[in-house]
Amino acid sequence: MKTVQQQYEVGRHPDLPPPLVERGVVKWVRDNFFSDATSIVLTAVALYFLYKVVPPFVEWAFVDAVWNADHRNECRARGEGACWAVLRARIAQFTYGYYPAHLYWRVNTAFVLLFVALAPLLFEHVPGRRYLLWFSLAYPVLAFFLLWGGLGLEPVESAKFGGFLLTIVIGVTGIVGSLPLGILLALGRRSRLLIVHTISMVFIEFVRGVPLITLLFIASTLLNYFLPPGTYFDLLLRVLIMVTLFASAYLAEVIRGGLAGIPKGQFEAADSLGLGYWKSMRLIILPQALHISIPNIVNTFISLYKDTTLVVIVGLADPLGISRATLADSKWQGLSTEIYIAIAVFFFVSCFAMSRYSLYLEKKLHTGH
Amino acid sequence: MTTATAIFPNPLRWALGLWRDQKHRGTIIQIMALVALLLFIGIIIRNTAINLQALGLEIGYDFLTEPANYDINQHLIDYNSLSSHLRATAVGVINTALVSVCGIILATVIGLFAGILRLSKNWLVNRIMYAYVEFGRNVPVLLQILLFHALIIHTLPHPRASLSPMDGVFLSNRGFYVPQPVLEPAAWAILAALVIAAALAWWFAGHAKRVQENTGRHYPVFTINAALIIGLPLLAFFLAGRPIGLDFPQLKGFNYQGGMVLRPEFTALWFALSFYAGAYIAELVRAGILAINRGQTEAAYSLGLKPNWTMRLVILPQAMRVMVPPLISQYLGLIKDSSLAIVIGYMDIVATIGGISLNQTGRALECMSITLFIYLSISLGVSTVMNWYNRRVSLVER
Amino acid sequence: MSAQEKSMSVSDEMMIEMNGVHKWYGQFHVLKNINLTVKRGERIVICGPSGSGKSTLIRCINRLEEHQQGEIIVEGTELTGNLKHIEQIRREVGMVFQHFNLFPHLTVMENCTLAPIWVRHMPKQEAEEVAMNYLRQVQIPEQAEKFPGQLSGGQQQRAAIARSLCMRPKVMLFDEPTSALDPEMIKEVLDIMIELARDGMTMICVTHEMGFAKTVANRVIFMDDGEIIEQNEPEEFFANPKNERTQLFLSQILQH
Repeated sequence: MKTVQQQYEVGRHPDLPPPLVERGVVKWVRDNFFSDATSIVLTAVALYFLYKVVPPFVEWAFVDAVWNADHRNECRARGEGACWAVLRARIAQFTYGYYPAHLYWRVNTAFVLLFVALAPLLFEHVPGRRYLLWFSLAYPVLAFFLLWGGLGLEPVESAKFGGFLLTIVIGVTGIVGSLPLGILLALGRRSRLLIVHTISMVFIEFVRGVPLITLLFIASTLLNYFLPPGTYFDLLLRVLIMVTLFASAYLAEVIRGGLAGIPKGQFEAADSLGLGYWKSMRLIILPQALHISIPNIVNTFISLYKDTTLVVIVGLADPLGISRATLADSKWQGLSTEIYIAIAVFFFVSCFAMSRYSLYLEKKLHTGH
Repeated sequence: MTTATAIFPNPLRWALGLWRDQKHRGTIIQIMALVALLLFIGIIIRNTAINLQALGLEIGYDFLTEPANYDINQHLIDYNSLSSHLRATAVGVINTALVSVCGIILATVIGLFAGILRLSKNWLVNRIMYAYVEFGRNVPVLLQILLFHALIIHTLPHPRASLSPMDGVFLSNRGFYVPQPVLEPAAWAILAALVIAAALAWWFAGHAKRVQENTGRHYPVFTINAALIIGLPLLAFFLAGRPIGLDFPQLKGFNYQGGMVLRPEFTALWFALSFYAGAYIAELVRAGILAINRGQTEAAYSLGLKPNWTMRLVILPQAMRVMVPPLISQYLGLIKDSSLAIVIGYMDIVATIGGISLNQTGRALECMSITLFIYLSISLGVSTVMNWYNRRVSLVER
Repeated sequence: MSAQEKSMSVSDEMMIEMNGVHKWYGQFHVLKNINLTVKRGERIVICGPSGSGKSTLIRCINRLEEHQQGEIIVEGTELTGNLKHIEQIRREVGMVFQHFNLFPHLTVMENCTLAPIWVRHMPKQEAEEVAMNYLRQVQIPEQAEKFPGQLSGGQQQRAAIARSLCMRPKVMLFDEPTSALDPEMIKEVLDIMIELARDGMTMICVTHEMGFAKTVANRVIFMDDGEIIEQNEPEEFFANPKNERTQLFLSQILQH
C-alpha cells in the first residue's frame, strides 16, 4: 500500500480524498455486506430470505391481484392473486361504519377540524397559535355535536358508529378524557397524604395489572349493575368510560415519570415564591412535567390507538368488527388475509407516522428546545 | 365584643384557620378523600344490590362446582363437559400459562436475535430487522393474532395434502402434527443422568473459579459444562437401551392419529404474541447495549481484553441492569395480551371463566371478579420479582 | 525535573514509530502525513486546538482508531488488521481517558484486577496485591472496595491510572486526563503523572496543562488541522515558537 508521498510544506498539507478502496461505492459495499466472514454469511442468508419472500408476495399482492370484482368467486375465477375488490366494495363501511351516508360530511368535517385543533398542540410555530388553542379547547364539544347530532343537526345513534371513525373516536376520547384524570392520579401518587396516595396507587396498579379486555368485559356485562336503577348507558359510552380509565392509569405513570424528571430546585423555587401547592403545580411544575412527558404521552396514545381494536370483542363495529361482518357475507367469505393485511397497513402507516413524530419530539427535547 | 369572640370563636374563621394550617389542611383533604371514596363504594354497592334484586339474582360462588356443560378442545388436565366450572377455570389458567411460557421463551429468542442483528454493520440485515421491528410494533397485536390465524387456516393445505418439512412433522390447516415422545420405565436413567450432569457442572464451575483465583489458569468452563449436560444424558439414553420412543402421527381418514398436535389457535396465538413482543424486546436489547457508553468498550479494549470477553465481563453485566426491568414488563404485557386468545377461540382464562362460564350462568359479577383476581395475582407476583431484582442490582452512586 | 534528570531515563530503544500516517473519517482528512518516533523513557506532550487530531493520533497507537495509510510500529510490531498483534500491543500500552471510563458495576479493586486476571492470567490474590500497590501509589488505597460512582472525579481518574498500571504497560497514553476535572482536583492527578514520569515511564500526553509540559516533557508537539506543525524541547518550544500558528495558539492559552 506504500505510495510515493507528495511532500508539502509544514502546515500546508491539503485535505486529500481517502484512497480509492476507502471511499465511494467500493467501501460502502465492503463495509456493509462483506466486512468479515459473519457479514458475508448474513448477506447470503438475507438475500435468500428476500428471494423466498418478496417475489411471491409481490406476485400475490400486485401482479395477480384483482381490484375489480363483484364477489369472491369472480376474483378466484381470474387467478390466485389477492382479491382487493372486497375493499373497494366495502370501503365506506370500513371508514364510517353504519353512519348514514348523507351525513358523511359531518364526519369528514370533524376529521379535518381535528387536525386544526391538534396543530397548535403538536407544533410550536403555527400562525395564530394563541387563538387556535382556544379552538382546541372547544373542539371536543364541537366534535360531539357534529358526530352525534343535536343543536338542530340530525341525531345519530352510537350504534351506527363504526370503522376507522370508531377507532379515532375511541382513541381521541380516551386520550383527551384521561389527561386530566391522569394528572390527578400522578399528583395523588406522589402525594405525602397517605390516603390520597394509597387510593391513587391502588387504582393505578389495579388497572395496569389486568388486561384491557377484562375491563371491556366489565363495561359490557357489569357496568350497568353499578349505575343507579333506571339509568342506561349505551355500549359505546360504557366502553369510552372504561378506555378512559384504562388510559388514565398508564398516563398517570407517564406523568409521574415527568414529575420525577423535574429537578428538586424547581419545587424549592416554587415554594420559596410562596405559591401554594396548586398554584405552584399549575404554574411551574406541571407545565414542565407535561412538556418533558409529551413523547411518552404520544407513545401511550399510540398503544391506546392500537388497543381500540379490542372493542370488536365486545361487539362494536370497529374495522375488525366490519371485517367480521364482511367475512360473514357469502359474497366475500374467506378473504380474511386480504382484509387483515389492509387493516394492518392502515394501522402501520398511522402508528408509524405518530411514532416518528414522538421521536422528533424526543430529539427536540434533548437539544433543549 | 372581644370577649364574646374569644368565648364563641367565629366557626368560619376557626375553619379557615385550620385550612390555612399546612398540617391540618392535609388531614382535612385526607378525610374528605376517604369520605368520598367510601360514599362512592357505598353507592355502587347499593346500586348493584338494587339492580341484582330487580333481576332476581344473588351473589354466590356455588355455581363453580356445578357442571360447566361445554367442551374445551385443548386441556392438559382431565376435562369433559361434565366437569365443573372450577375445573374449566383451571384448564383456562393452564392454557394461559402454557401459551405465556412458550410465548415468553420464543419472544426472548426472537428479540435477542433481532436486537443483535439490528446492531449489525451489515446494511441488508440491519434493514430487514428494522422493517420487522417497526411492523411488529406498529400493528395491533390483535390484528397480528388474526393474521397468523388466517395464514394458518387459509394458506396451509388440508390434512390429506399437508406439508411435511421433515419426517413425522405435518403442517396443515387443522394444526401442526409432531411426534410425541413416549417414556418407557427406564427413562428415569436419563433424568438421573441429567441431575448428575447438572451437579457435576455446578461443581466444575466452582472448581474452575477456585483454580483461576489460585493459579490464574483458565478452563473453558462453558464448553466443558455444555458437553457434560448434553453428553451425559445422551450416554444414558443409549446405555439404557433408548427408553424414549417417538409416537409418529399417521393420517387416518380425514385427520391424523397419534403424535402430538399444536392446534391452529394455539400456534397462531403463540407465534403472534412472540412476534409482537419480540419486536419490542429487540428494541430493548438494542437500547440496552447502546446505553453502555462507547468508552466502556474502549477502556476494556485498551486493557487488552478480547472483544468477546469485553462483551461478557463489561458490556453484558451493565446492559442487563438496563434491560431486565423493561424486559419483565414486556413479559407481563405478553401474559396480559394472551387474553386476546378469545378472538380465535383459544380457551384461556378469559375465554373460560370470563367468557363461556359467564354467559352460561349469567353470573357476571362472580366470573369477572375471579378473572380479575387471577390476573392481579400474576401482575403482583411479577412486580414483586422485579422490585427484588431492581434492589439487588441498582448501581451504587455517590 | 531538571533537564538532565529528564534526559537520563531516555534510552535509544525505539518504542513507537509512525511513518507517513494518514487517517480519514469518511471524507474528512483528520491525520495528514504523521511522522513521529518515541523512544523508551521519553515523555511527550501533544497540544493543539480542539479538532486538530491529537486525540485521534494517540488513539491510533492502540488501534482504537484505524489508520488508512502509512505504518505504525509499536515495540517492533506493526499495527495491521491482525487481531493477535492488536491484542499484544494493547496489553503493553496503557490508556487513560478524559472521562475515566471506569467500569461502574465493579469496585475499584475489581476494576484494577479484571485485566490482570483475564488477560495476564494472574492468580486473584497476586492481582489484588499488585492492584493494592498501585492504589497506594495513586493514594487511594482506602477506596479499594468502593464503586466508581462513590468517588470524586479526581479519585476516579487516579483509580483509572492505577487500573492501567496494573497491566504493567510499557507506554502510557493520556487523552486529556484532566479536562473533565474540577480545578481543585487537577493537581492531585497531575502529581501522580509527574511521579510516574520520575519513575521513567514512557508517556504520551494530550493535555493543555502547560506547567506539566514544562516540568516533565522531553518534547512538546503542536498539532493543527491534522498535521504536526512543530515539535521541540519545552524550554525552546515555549520561549521561541517558530511557526506563527504555534505562536497564536500559545498566546491564546497562556493569557489565562
